[in-house]
Amino acid sequence: MGHSKAGAMVCGAVALAGVTAFGCGGQGGGGAAAGIQPQQMADALYAVIAADRATYAGQVVDRLVKENAIKATERFKEEKTLPLPAQMLRMGAEHAQKTNSSFSYALLSQWPINQQNKAKTEAEKAGLKFVAENPGKNYYTEEKIADKTYFTAVYPDKAVAAACANCHNEHADSPRKDFKEGDMMGGLVIRIPVNK
Amino acid sequence: MSTRTSILAWLLLTGLVGGFGAFRLTSRDQTLYLPDQTSHGHHQIEMACASCHTPFGGVKDDACTNCHGEQRTAADSHPASKFNDPRNAGNLEKIDARRCVTCHVEHWPEGTHREGHTMPVDFCVTCHADVGTERPSHAGMSFTTCSDAGCHNYHDNRALWEDYLKKHLGEPFVLASAKVLPRGVAMVAKGPKSLAAKDQDAPRTVAFSAALVSEWEESAHARVGINCSGCHGGTQGVDWVNKPMLTICAGCHTEQNKGFGLGKHGMRVAAGLGPMSPGLARLPMRAEAKELEVGCESCHGGHSVNARKAAVDSCLGCHDDEHSRSYQRSPHFKLWEAEINRTASPGTGVSCATCHMPREKSSSSAAVVVQHNQNDNLRPSEKMVRNVCTSCHGVGFSLDAVADPELVRHNFAGRPKKHVASVDMVEKRAAQGKR
Repeated sequence: MGHSKAGAMVCGAVALAGVTAFGCGGQGGGGAAAGIQPQQMADALYAVIAADRATYAGQVVDRLVKENAIKATERFKEEKTLPLPAQMLRMGAEHAQKTNSSFSYALLSQWPINQQNKAKTEAEKAGLKFVAENPGKNYYTEEKIADKTYFTAVYPDKAVAAACANCHNEHADSPRKDFKEGDMMGGLVIRIPVNK
Repeated sequence: MSTRTSILAWLLLTGLVGGFGAFRLTSRDQTLYLPDQTSHGHHQIEMACASCHTPFGGVKDDACTNCHGEQRTAADSHPASKFNDPRNAGNLEKIDARRCVTCHVEHWPEGTHREGHTMPVDFCVTCHADVGTERPSHAGMSFTTCSDAGCHNYHDNRALWEDYLKKHLGEPFVLASAKVLPRGVAMVAKGPKSLAAKDQDAPRTVAFSAALVSEWEESAHARVGINCSGCHGGTQGVDWVNKPMLTICAGCHTEQNKGFGLGKHGMRVAAGLGPMSPGLARLPMRAEAKELEVGCESCHGGHSVNARKAAVDSCLGCHDDEHSRSYQRSPHFKLWEAEINRTASPGTGVSCATCHMPREKSSSSAAVVVQHNQNDNLRPSEKMVRNVCTSCHGVGFSLDAVADPELVRHNFAGRPKKHVASVDMVEKRAAQGKR
């Protein structure tokens, strides 16, 4: 498996539409069919996830916090605040899993606040290390988990705003306290089952 | 015996056994097909096999979530979607946490633990064995403390968080603001104005006593314009009904009826088995109440619709366990008496309902509604700390109190002899300069 820059968003979007249209990647099925490669699908999914995340962070959280309208906090339900962007992503991943189990995604880190979000598989460990050491590049591989083969992609996840770095630096459970805006904080892992 | 006779005898026997089995299958009494005693949560509806089973005996996919869905989704930190993620395949090999029946096996009394689960009691450790390394504050803690401390509950983590505990450090055992939410209006007013005895609209053919009309005149129903016909019918095209069905009450009291059907008082009705009766209960009940049928009227009264009676007297009219019997000797009851006698402010009394049918607000703008599912915060009882105990008591005291079974049995007459370390742990972390 090679490593290449994320891109081809238009192609990715077409690929995603194609995946839906051809019905591949259904429950328990493979991720690639009708010429759509798992990498294309992963890149397209990443484009959507990253776009939604950036929009939520910028147009909802940052805007409303600057307006002093509402805060974003970890205990958003009990404190009646907005979910943090990372929580929004995780809730979206769980929601997507309920409606379409043909792919999964998770935000992981070498320095996670919640230890459930540290790398578990060798591919995750290698991917997080790779994106941290190779700015601007993604990591693609295949791995076997419980007798199933997956195409696994790891995309870099940066502290896009000072708030991301500050929150991690201040959190009691954070194993790293020196993040700065723009630092690599972890990676988004997308997994698609492939027929092998 | 000849072969022919043997075959005939075999056919006859098979026919008799099969016929008896088929007959019992179609009768209301399904005990023949009950493999073993059901759990405390399901014994009331064990004759409604179809509530959980398919016609061929398997457990329906949605058998559990049909009734428990909302409780599970309130703050479920272990949803099936989490385990469908390949990252958790390793955990799934140990416990298939996507299926309710992995951990909740029915008809297995000897294997069923306190909260109705049938896994070995150290099941948290199966996936969280490294918690002591990940969170040094948890190192050396017994596996039974995960939920006992009131911090973690597999499905419903509405209980307590570190941030929450930190906010409530050092609270006294009784808060200066000790008071529960004021009860909201139980229904939307249907009538134009408050009604009096002279306004009653029962047909002339119906016999009733003046006392009964007087009870109604004093009731919330009359105050919001609900006349006799509102519940009994008797208007043009609608027959008069002496004893209105539960559905009539439910027509206006939707939320209350929903909770009633989910709790021990109404789950039989919800399963189509007829009303619950104290005689069918496993908990100790008063002998004279055993024949009673549990419905809205049995607790609230037919015409007085008395919420105050329903909050204490109705409960003690049936329940006869030590906790219930001790209530009238408890400090909570003294407060309740003071509120009733108007020597204390409204909301300062503590009735049975205060704890077991708490007043709730689903959002800041929502009306206060009494939760009629009395099990909603009872199992595990630590859930009660957050939405009930801490209305009046400090968090630390509340945790200690519900963790002391002796104190619970005596209905909180005394001070806790147990101590839960959760608050101390948070205090210690705070003192170390961590958030």
